[in-house]
Amino acid sequence: MEKRKANIRLTFLGVLAVFILVAIFTLAGIAAAQPKLKVGILHIGSVADAGYNQAHAEGVQIMKKNLPGVEVIEVENVPEGADAERVMENMIKQGAKLIIPASFGYLDPALKVAKKYPDVKFEHPGGYKLAPNLGTYWASTPEAFYLMGIAAGKTTKTNKLGYVVALPISFFLANVNAFHLGVQSVNPKAETRVVFTGTFLDPGKEATATNALLDQGIDAIGVIVDSPITVVQAAEKRGAYSVGYHYIGAQKFAPKGWISGVAFTWGELYTRFAKQVMDGTWKSESLLGDLSSDYLAIAPFGPAVPPEAIGLIKTRKQEFTSGKLNVFQGPIKDNKGVERVKSGEVFPMTNLGKMDWLVEGVMGQAK
Amino acid sequence: MLGSFLEGLLSGSILAGTPLLYATLGEVMDERAGIVNLGLEGVMLMGAVAGFTTTVRTGNAVAGVFAAALAGALFNLIFGFLVISRQANQLASGLALMFCGVGLSALVGASSIGSRIKGLDEIAIPLLSDLPLVGPILFRYDILVYLAIPISILVWWTLFYTRWGLSLRAVGENPIAAFAAGKNPYRLQYQALFIAGILGGIAGAHLSLALAKTWAEWMTAGRGFVAVALVIFSKWHPLRAIAGALLFGGAISLQLQMQARGVPVSPFLLDMLPYLLSLAVLAIWGGARRHSAPGSLGRVFRGTE
Repeated sequence: MEKRKANIRLTFLGVLAVFILVAIFTLAGIAAAQPKLKVGILHIGSVADAGYNQAHAEGVQIMKKNLPGVEVIEVENVPEGADAERVMENMIKQGAKLIIPASFGYLDPALKVAKKYPDVKFEHPGGYKLAPNLGTYWASTPEAFYLMGIAAGKTTKTNKLGYVVALPISFFLANVNAFHLGVQSVNPKAETRVVFTGTFLDPGKEATATNALLDQGIDAIGVIVDSPITVVQAAEKRGAYSVGYHYIGAQKFAPKGWISGVAFTWGELYTRFAKQVMDGTWKSESLLGDLSSDYLAIAPFGPAVPPEAIGLIKTRKQEFTSGKLNVFQGPIKDNKGVERVKSGEVFPMTNLGKMDWLVEGVMGQAK
Repeated sequence: MLGSFLEGLLSGSILAGTPLLYATLGEVMDERAGIVNLGLEGVMLMGAVAGFTTTVRTGNAVAGVFAAALAGALFNLIFGFLVISRQANQLASGLALMFCGVGLSALVGASSIGSRIKGLDEIAIPLLSDLPLVGPILFRYDILVYLAIPISILVWWTLFYTRWGLSLRAVGENPIAAFAAGKNPYRLQYQALFIAGILGGIAGAHLSLALAKTWAEWMTAGRGFVAVALVIFSKWHPLRAIAGALLFGGAISLQLQMQARGVPVSPFLLDMLPYLLSLAVLAIWGGARRHSAPGSLGRVFRGTE
């Protein structure tokens, strides 16, 4: 009887010892496999939209490839507001030390969470506020849109161009203005018409807007909404050309009519952010890139763009990056005839947020 | 110049109005059976996503339309289970169904976002499509556009000229009387909801397979609710629904056409146009001179004991 009890006790101790050993090894294993950094990214929509969200998502993928030790927590379709705060806190509880709230509307939720967790770093795109642990990044796009205008102005046959735009927000107006100035620089006869859909996502309305523009004899159409798929496809179907925005790989939706696109390539920038957080050199700053940065790109040109246009675009790009050329070089009149930029003056890029007019030659209402 | 404007406006109205018409017909069916379905938006989304994913998988948009109809019907039966068998509040259940549809369709469609489809083919009717002026406007559409008006007539005929339609309307007016006359209100309501779901699903399919040829979360963008309003506008009548859907689709198309033509009016004001137009028509047309809503609309039939 006594012996049996002792046996049970021995077995119990043995099992316990095994458990402890297994636990120690597992913990050690976890510690060894622990990534150097966890990055959390929030998306406002789907990462396969061939637009705004996919550009951010691919940036994160490239960062992961560049830095194999980095682990990523990615959440799609996060509504702006309290939900975004919850998702960010959750990421931090999972160990994230760098958070990328990848939508303009995440700014205030991110500032709140940043205040609560001062040791976690935040990088917010396109914002206008900073915090000690929250930086902001974006790229100034008018120069790139000007280059798109050159491409479209040289490609169009009807000399009528169109833009489907979500809302008449100053930055979007600036892009359309820059596009048209680019068109005008190579094709003074051409006009650009703008249609605002009033929303960032309503494919049905985007299709109707595209058709409305094409009905007017427009044969090249650009798009500033979250996902370019509908507009680019609708243009392709009716044999028109298209200009994309945000994501570099949207050409597959219009293999014939694709002109080019202004694209964000966030990969290298995200890699730098992650490295800086890991080695402790990260600083809160406001980063605004341009054509010379590695995160603003011109998408590959489609087959319809004449080679001379591509050559000219290269030259102009050089002139922009060297500061020889300015997009908003006066004199510039708006489409109501009011002089907005005087001769010899330049509309400062830092003032783009105040641009509430459309340049002469653009048909559309800015407000 | 004016000709091209009218041409664009008309074809834009027809394309934008078609999904609204199918959805409105579905809601007419629901409400004629005495059930208000605020979940129509969700039904449309289920149709849109089922149609799109099926088309991506099979490469056949017609198969997509059938899948959309089936998905819409099944999803509407969930609503039926709540409001008919469980006798839950119709407005609350409808809103719950809508949000459920938004979430479920996003989940189902996640893997198909960014897929390319050919969509429903346009069928040019021989000879007619070559007519000058009206040819390209009226005779070059996908199959769902051509079927929209025949289906409206079919719904109208079924509701007003068949025994089944009579029984269904009787249930919508007064289920107790219908029950006393030997009808089974529950069964009729389930049947009506099944058909309404088919129509709602097809409405979504037209959006994702013909109009936009893409899938995006919540791509219906409120069209389900517009259809609920259009039912009141058309006084629960399937043929007047045609006018309502065309008018509303026309208003959306008109405001975009006006912008494309550079009409100097604020885009914000133009965006309100469809709703302003609806208000104007309601104000001119006025309320129902004759009582036109089904008598027991929104009430729960709890048997007769």
